Amino acid sequence: MDEQITHEEAIRRLRTDMKTSSVATPFATALKIAFQSLRIRFWRSIITIAGIFFAIAFLVSVLNSAVVELAVNPDEGSQVSGTGIRFILTLLAAEPRQAWLVTMSLIVCVIGIANAMLMSVTERYKEIGTMKCLGALDIFVIELFLLESGFQGLVGSFTGALIGAGLVLVSALVKHGFAVMGILPWSQMVINILLATVIGLLLTLLGASFPAYRASQMPPADAMRTEV
Amino acid sequence: MASTQENTVRARAVRKRFPMGEGYLEALKGIDLEIKRGEYISIMGPSGSGKTTLFNMIGGLDKPSDGTVYIDEVDIAQLDAYELAWLRCRKIGYIFQTFNLIPVMTALENVTLPMIFAGLSNDEAISKGRGLLETVGLGERWQHKPTELSGGQQQRVAIARSFANDPSIILADEPTANLDLKTGHDIIELLRKLNKEMGVTIISNTHDPSMLNVSDRIIWIRDGRVDRIEARSDIDINVGTIGGDVLGGVGSADSHGGAAGKHAMDRLTGEATNGGQ
Ligand SMILES: Nc1ncnc2c1ncn2[C@@H]1O[C@H](COP(=O)(O)OP(=O)(O)O)[C@@H](O)[C@H]1O
Ligand SMILES: [Mg+2]
Repeated sequence: MDEQITHEEAIRRLRTDMKTSSVATPFATALKIAFQSLRIRFWRSIITIAGIFFAIAFLVSVLNSAVVELAVNPDEGSQVSGTGIRFILTLLAAEPRQAWLVTMSLIVCVIGIANAMLMSVTERYKEIGTMKCLGALDIFVIELFLLESGFQGLVGSFTGALIGAGLVLVSALVKHGFAVMGILPWSQMVINILLATVIGLLLTLLGASFPAYRASQMPPADAMRTEV
Repeated sequence: MASTQENTVRARAVRKRFPMGEGYLEALKGIDLEIKRGEYISIMGPSGSGKTTLFNMIGGLDKPSDGTVYIDEVDIAQLDAYELAWLRCRKIGYIFQTFNLIPVMTALENVTLPMIFAGLSNDEAISKGRGLLETVGLGERWQHKPTELSGGQQQRVAIARSFANDPSIILADEPTANLDLKTGHDIIELLRKLNKEMGVTIISNTHDPSMLNVSDRIIWIRDGRVDRIEARSDIDINVGTIGGDVLGGVGSADSHGGAAGKHAMDRLTGEATNGGQ
C-alpha cells in the first residue's frame, strides 16, 4: 500500500536535507572556466582587450601630459591641483574639450565590453543552461562572466595605462630634453597609472554587469532545447 | 526507509501554455502521471507532442502554467531559486540529446562539476569522477576534451555526470537521437544497467524501438495529453507478437490489448520517417 505523506512533511524533509548539504559557489572552478573560455576565444578576447587598452591609454596620456606640462611650466593661477582623483577632476573641469574626448572614449569602451559580453552570453546559452541543470546558482553564473570580463579589463587597462604613460614620457624627453627627468613628479604619474587601471577595471565590470545578469537569468530549460 | 511503491514524480493536471502571437500555444493540456521510485519510464509520442515540455516540468526546469508537479511529494512551484538549484544539483540528473558537455572542460572536469557545486572537495570529486567514468567504460579517457570524443563517448561522459551526486531521478530527453543505432542501443543498455544496479528512477525518451524492452512502463503522449500508459507486461507480450498478433489482449492492463504493441511500432516507424529533429 502507498503510504502518502503530507506535502508539509515532504517540504520539511527536503529543507532538513538542505540544511545538512548546501550548493556551493566554487570560486576556483569559476576562475578556471573563465580563463579557458577566454583562451578558446583568444582573438575576440584580444579585440575586447584592445578596446579597453586604447581608451585607458588615452586617459593616462591626457592625465600625465598635464602633469608634465605643469611640472615644466608651473602656473600659479592654474585650477588644476592635487593628486589622484582630485587631480583628474580638476583637470577635466579645466579642459572641457579633453574631458569630452576622454568621456566619449570611455563610453565607447563600456559599450564595446557590453557588446562583446552579450555576444559571449548569447552563444553560450546552452552551456549556461547546462550548468544550471547541474546545480549552478545564479550567482555562480554572474561570477563566471564578471571574472571573464574583469580579467580582460585588468589586462587591457594596465597595459594601456603603462603604454600611455610611456608615450607621454617619450614625448616629454623629445620636447624638453633629458633634464626634464629631474623635475617630473613621478609618484603622481604612477598614481595616475594605477587610478586609470582601476577606472578601466570598474568600467569593464559595469559594461559586463547587464550581460552577466542576463546570463544568470537564462532559463535552464534552454539547455534541453535542440532547435537553434 | 522509503517503500519501493512511493511516487518519486507526480504530475497533477499539468498544463503549459507558451505565448504565441496574439494568443498562446498549449503544449501540455492536462497531464496526470505517477512515477514510482526505481522505475524505468519511457515517454513516447510524435514530434511536437509535448515530450520535451513535460521533461522540463518534471525536472524543475520550467514551471507549469497550471497544475502541480511533485518531486518526492514536494510541490516544486513552492521552491525558491536556491532550493531549485539544490534539487537540480542533488536529486535530478539530466542527460541531453546534444550531450551538452562543457566544451572547455575535460571529461573528468565535466563529471566532477556537479560534485564541486555540491561542495565535495577536489580530491573526493576526482576519485568519485574517475569511478563513474570507469563505470560508463571511459576510465582511460578522463582527460579528453569533448571535441576529442565520439558522440557515443560524449554521451557516456554525460551519463557519468548525471550520476555525479547520486540523484534519485535521471531525465534523458532523446539521449540517442544524435547517435547511430548501435551506439544508441549501448547507451540505453547502460542506462538500464545503472537503473537496475543503483535503483535510480529513469525517465527517458527515444525513437529507438529497443526502448520498449527496457522500459517498465511507456507513457504515450499525444497532442499534449497522456494518450495511454503501457505496463511492461503488455509490452513484452506485444513485442513478442509483432507480425503474429497471436497473444492479443493477454495480460494487458488497458483496452488497447494486443494492438498496442503493433500500434507502438507503427508509430515509431511513422516518427522515424518524419525525420524527428
Ligand atoms: N519555449 C517555447 N516557446 C513556444 N513554443 C514552444 C516552446 N517549447 C515548446 N513549444 C511548442 O510546444 C509544442 C511541444 O513541443 P515539445 O515539448 O518540444 O515537443 P516534443 O519534445 O514532443 O517534440 C510544440 O508545438 C512546440 O513548438
Ligand atoms: Mg523534444
